[in-house]
Amino acid sequence: MPLTEETKARAREIVARYPKARSALLPMLHLVQSEEGYVSPAGVGLCAEVLGLTKAEVGAVATFYTMYKRRPCGDYLVSVCTNLSCQLLGGEDIYRELKAHLGVGHDETTADGTITFEHAECLAACDFAPVVTVNYEFYDYQSPESALALVRALQAGERPAPTRGGDLQTFRDTEAELAGVGDRERIARSTTRGGQGALAPGSGGTA
Amino acid sequence: MPLTPVLTRRWTLPQSWTIGVYERHDGYAPLRKALGMAPDELIQLVKDSGLRGRGGAGFPTGAKWGFIPQGDGKPHYLVVNADEGEPGTCKDAPLMMADPHSLIEGIVIASYAVRCNHAFIYLRGELVHAGRRLEAAIAEAYAAGYLGKNILGSGYDLELTLHRGAGAYICGEETALLDSLEGYRGQPRLRPPFPAIAGLYACPTVVNNVETIASVPFIVGGGADWFKSMGTEKSPGPKIFSVSGHVERPGQYEIPLGTTARELIMDLAGGIRGGRELKAWTPGGSSTPMLTAEHLDTPLDFEGVQEAGSLLGTAAIMVMDDTVCIVKTCLRLTEFYAHESCGKCTPCREGTYWMVQILERLEHGNGDEADITTLLDTCDNIFGRSFCALGDGATSPIVSGIKYFRDEFVQHYELGRCPLQADLPVGARS
Repeated sequence: MPLTEETKARAREIVARYPKARSALLPMLHLVQSEEGYVSPAGVGLCAEVLGLTKAEVGAVATFYTMYKRRPCGDYLVSVCTNLSCQLLGGEDIYRELKAHLGVGHDETTADGTITFEHAECLAACDFAPVVTVNYEFYDYQSPESALALVRALQAGERPAPTRGGDLQTFRDTEAELAGVGDRERIARSTTRGGQGALAPGSGGTA
Repeated sequence: MPLTPVLTRRWTLPQSWTIGVYERHDGYAPLRKALGMAPDELIQLVKDSGLRGRGGAGFPTGAKWGFIPQGDGKPHYLVVNADEGEPGTCKDAPLMMADPHSLIEGIVIASYAVRCNHAFIYLRGELVHAGRRLEAAIAEAYAAGYLGKNILGSGYDLELTLHRGAGAYICGEETALLDSLEGYRGQPRLRPPFPAIAGLYACPTVVNNVETIASVPFIVGGGADWFKSMGTEKSPGPKIFSVSGHVERPGQYEIPLGTTARELIMDLAGGIRGGRELKAWTPGGSSTPMLTAEHLDTPLDFEGVQEAGSLLGTAAIMVMDDTVCIVKTCLRLTEFYAHESCGKCTPCREGTYWMVQILERLEHGNGDEADITTLLDTCDNIFGRSFCALGDGATSPIVSGIKYFRDEFVQHYELGRCPLQADLPVGARS
């Protein structure tokens, strides 16, 4: 979907949330990514125009942060945590299994454009290790087998329910949420999903 | 030392994240009380409680609030650091998912105390579901009159903006966070000036961690003496510990500061998985020096852990059993620091890059004795020579790893392979 006047109008709405316009740049980069699936040169240009910055200034910010993709991202961004707590429990085995299955490496996308694959640094879910996220929704206590089944399901057009969190949606829809301009109804529905969702079996162990 | 849960006590209630459940369990009563107090009284109360920052540094919260100049005619800001990312740390995400209103209530009280009319939550971008719960809770709080104009008829106004990051560990550093919130690359600033004088938009700003702010309503409700009845004299109060790795029961444990590592790891978390031996553990995330089984009787408070040669940090206990290769552990963590170094300071940017190269060849059995010396020299040249603590943190696993497990580093080049992993996995980065 190309960037439109409507994108620009949404960008201006984001600007209005902040005391100073430039603070809107991070959510605006999420916004243009939600429209195009990555931060394109046109997306950089739109942010620069709305904020009165140079493209170089916007590009310098866009390239600093891991979540801004420089090539079109697939419908599903599959991230495998390989930081210490997940690595101790097999995160690297999961990464290797999925890499072999998908035939792509870190920050690469399958030929059909369905899945972008990456290893991620600590995702703040160490008590559920090893974890895999799809569009940042958590799938806890994974193994190479369960992660492979998850990816196969995505490839078959299914959307398996995350362990904790909302309904699985596309990368672009998640990016719209990150920009703060997501679909209100869907967000409201998703908010109630995941049950308690917050506690590992050991939690509250001192009660 | 068992404790009735404080911060986590609502976590297991059905629909705990909704305003009705929160209000039925004493929620927003402390706010009513706080709005009837003078702002300076609240700052004094938090000083008296002895609350220390839960984001890693342990700085006294009341003192931080007290540094904000009053009557200076500038806007004041409160920015909540919700950029949880220190490896091993996973307490703020569940807190925001299960009990987002405790954070919001703490924000209103803290903002009122420091005379701030616009507060921000800087949420780690990847925490999408925590963001949803927060966004919904913020909307509920506005609708109920706990945020916005003339809060509960007090005449006090507060806007609260949820701001999501975009994937950068360094933004958990408070000045990098402020640059990021201003729309720049998240790179740490030179201090002084400290954020209390020139923070967000060069205005006086308090930056506090999620758990710190969520502790505030309990202090207002229960009083300073009640808060100090838990924990130790210098590290009072309850604290959420994240326990992960090779334990029987990983999870979040809310315990009083000063509880020993043995009680937490061996009793509460069920001990080492499969009855194996404990080899090493971090007390406060990967940026704090590793400790060993020798240190299990260390009291987990700011002073106790420091005396044992490490830091309490974010109270993230990563437990490693005797199957773990310390060289590999150092390699994996150094890759992390190299990836997350913002590049501003040469010692950190270059040092972490070269240490990855050295650790890789050591782990693969291709190193030699000089590599150990070079690693320690490099750490010496990073530590204290960068703007922020990321560089310091990057040296922690290596310096402590060599200190306690030097023989294992030596075995790697003597055997020409990793002594613990006959079938060496290729790096995940390839």
